[in-house]
Amino acid sequence: MSEDFKDKNIIQAQSSETISGSGSGVSPDMDYVRPAEIPEQDLYHGHSFITKWVFCQDAKVIGVQYFCLATFTGIIGLILSWLMRLQLGFPEAAGFMTAEHYYQFVTMHGMIMVVYFLTALFLGGFGNYLIPLMVGARDMVFPYVNMVSFWMFFVAVGVLLASFFVPGGPTGSGWTLYPPQAILEGTPGSGMGIILMCVSLALFVIGFTMGGLNYLITILQARTRGMTLMRLPLTVWGIFTATVLAMLAFPALLVSAIMMSLDKLLGTSFFMPTILKAGEVLEYGGGSPILFQHLFWFFGHPEVYIVALPAFGIVSDLISVHSRKNIFGYRMMVWAIVGIGALSFFVWAHHMYVSGMNPWFGFFFATTTLIIAVPTAMKVYNWILTLWRGNIRMNTVMLWCLGFIVTFVNGGITGIFLGNVTVDVPLSDTYFVIAHFHMVMGIAPLMVIMGAVYHWFPLVTGRMLSEKLGKWHFWATFLGAYSIYFPMHYLGFIGVPRRYFEMYDSPYMTSAVGMNEFISTAAFLVGAAQFILIFNIVKSLKIGKPAGKNPWKANSLEWLTPSVPPEHGNWGERLPVVHRWAYDYSVPGAKDDFIVQTTPPSEVVHTKVEKT
Amino acid sequence: MHAGIIFFLVILGSVLFHIFTPWYWTDIASNWQSMDDTITLTFWVGGGVFVAVCLFMIYCVFKFSYKEGRKAEYKPEDKKLERILTWATTLGVAALLAPGLIVWNQYVNVPKNAIHIDVMAWQWGWQYRLPGKDGKLGNTKIVNINEDNPFGIILEDPNGKDDILIQSDVIHLKNNRPVKILLRSVDVLHNWYVPQFRAKMDAVPGVITYYWFEPNKIGEYEVLCAEYCGVGHYAMRGGVKVQSKQDYENWLEEQETFSDLIAKQNKIEFNEKKLAKK
Repeated sequence: MSEDFKDKNIIQAQSSETISGSGSGVSPDMDYVRPAEIPEQDLYHGHSFITKWVFCQDAKVIGVQYFCLATFTGIIGLILSWLMRLQLGFPEAAGFMTAEHYYQFVTMHGMIMVVYFLTALFLGGFGNYLIPLMVGARDMVFPYVNMVSFWMFFVAVGVLLASFFVPGGPTGSGWTLYPPQAILEGTPGSGMGIILMCVSLALFVIGFTMGGLNYLITILQARTRGMTLMRLPLTVWGIFTATVLAMLAFPALLVSAIMMSLDKLLGTSFFMPTILKAGEVLEYGGGSPILFQHLFWFFGHPEVYIVALPAFGIVSDLISVHSRKNIFGYRMMVWAIVGIGALSFFVWAHHMYVSGMNPWFGFFFATTTLIIAVPTAMKVYNWILTLWRGNIRMNTVMLWCLGFIVTFVNGGITGIFLGNVTVDVPLSDTYFVIAHFHMVMGIAPLMVIMGAVYHWFPLVTGRMLSEKLGKWHFWATFLGAYSIYFPMHYLGFIGVPRRYFEMYDSPYMTSAVGMNEFISTAAFLVGAAQFILIFNIVKSLKIGKPAGKNPWKANSLEWLTPSVPPEHGNWGERLPVVHRWAYDYSVPGAKDDFIVQTTPPSEVVHTKVEKT
Repeated sequence: MHAGIIFFLVILGSVLFHIFTPWYWTDIASNWQSMDDTITLTFWVGGGVFVAVCLFMIYCVFKFSYKEGRKAEYKPEDKKLERILTWATTLGVAALLAPGLIVWNQYVNVPKNAIHIDVMAWQWGWQYRLPGKDGKLGNTKIVNINEDNPFGIILEDPNGKDDILIQSDVIHLKNNRPVKILLRSVDVLHNWYVPQFRAKMDAVPGVITYYWFEPNKIGEYEVLCAEYCGVGHYAMRGGVKVQSKQDYENWLEEQETFSDLIAKQNKIEFNEKKLAKK
């Protein structure tokens, strides 16, 4: 492609240097943008069905592939959660379920939702689709590696799901996979199940590294002319920082998966001390189970932000576009994302206050954990201050954003409970923890995903989703999910421990029976409500209102492609040239309430733009 | 407009739920009232912030809903406001953190007069060991554990001989006397947890972990395993009986020491040998 457009690029670069203002005090170099320094990349254009849609090198197709596969895996996770809730709410109806099954479902639900659904969806799905479009690139910088990344993910999911069919079934060691129990008899799937889990995670990390390098280098090196870092939409900042975290955190998961596999297969003792089992001393000795926990959470805590930061970024953009107002405190938002990302590597042991690690660690990790609350709170303030004096479109996208704010603040506050070491002692390992992390890293990011689906569906498919169905979908999901997790905190206050197949009749736990029935019923309904979205997508693909160009009147580059949906190469003949940040909404003096990023200053001379 | 009303009802419902909930923590039976107090403090500060943020959001939804032709305010930044919010948040967070750290300091420093209790966990059960007259527990080794030495006490350790062995999942505690729970596991992670005492800690194979509390309410409590330990996790229960000084000492009298156990076994062995000779 570079061959086709090289000349035009040069012409374009010259023309923007020599542009002269048309009266009214416009200085000649007002629209100056540095010329391109390197030629454009060559793209491989698929010719057959296989190269266009299967082993495809177009980041947009790869993004959709990631999105579909992650959603498919997520639906399996959803069904597993139904089965768990059936056991917890209506055990007599779940007679087919043994404790082994229950723990396997718990484990697979957790791992699927955190890694194979949320991480893959945000970074693989939204990252692939949006990064090149938002930074004004034709594609990712390494399209082939990008394609391999998806297929590694595909194989990883295959291996994960294969574990349902091996002898002993999938691992039932909890999604944290704590040794020694993960690889000892007494835990379901401690044979093939845990091995396949480790293999699948390793494949995921390898595949993800390929994708991650692409995201980082594309954002750093392939931004179009004029797109400075401080002009990037916050979506890109969120995905960028999350990817940096993933690059640093996933290796810890990889080594722990490898070391645990060695403990299982070769009898090494990385995580295995002397163990007495069924009257016999096993051939292990000298290893440390707590070492695994440190490694796991060194990955596991940044993982929370790997999911949260893209959600932060995306929701900032959605709120801004649909409030017709610039995001409040853009620079603060960027530094908050970067700061949260950096701090997230210093808080991991707050998952381990009662793990038996040296209790003096508690002072350090409680302090770092509560420090992270400050930049996070700043982000919340800036979201609601963006609404302030906005011109808020109360459409489906905005509803999801508002739902996100409510659930995220709720879950963030309970995070302050659990991060504050003393408060954590009575609440850890209870349903309070379940309620907290589902609210803050399950429901809140999900709200953003849904908002993003409704927001970008017109771009991806060229058609609008039904607003009416969208609103039903939102209220069913938001109200349902809130009524699952808000009361669940109170089970934790009672002291009901997590990962209990059955409660028995502890006097103080019998009062939980009624609530469990209620929560389970709500969970069934919320799950079922997701099929409204699937129906909406299928229906709108066929008979949805045509979206046209830039239906939301947004500023960022992805809406400015010459064709909708964008074609391979994104930009037709000329790369866009950027003159401003992505948030010039409702600028005083401007004709419209938005000024797209490619509008040169000379076209809007009478506006009072503060930041460009 | 009604979206704002529904959001408002959600927030109102949350507050009412908290006020009228029949689900709340069990009556505390230990010295850790300070933990409950820290939770209460965090609850009111955090809950206040939650309600305030949501109400602000709902106000914006009512006040600034889309009107054709109206223009939103254009204000990219407000340094002063951002600075005020940062410092206010920092202060609030510090105010929550400080009491947390103070109580944690109490949690990790065990009172000198605490009775040491060896809590031994396995898949899936508990047993306990108390120091004898010397007030010291003998050292143990996992490889020493067998039918004759169920706690794996090192035979050469003089402190171990008078240790009181409780081969039951129910332990008795003296009211108003601090106890240091020394946790060990012979196989996987466990956690000895009584909700009414609030405190907990994992038992980790290979190391001895600890925590302490002072029971202050006579009664019987259920022990739960609070760290996932395999398929029998949910059934790994035990019991605690908090008793008055007199009742506790009567109970303690009846318990077997390690020497008693050895003597009994020697006797059995002796009898068996005699039987074999006959």
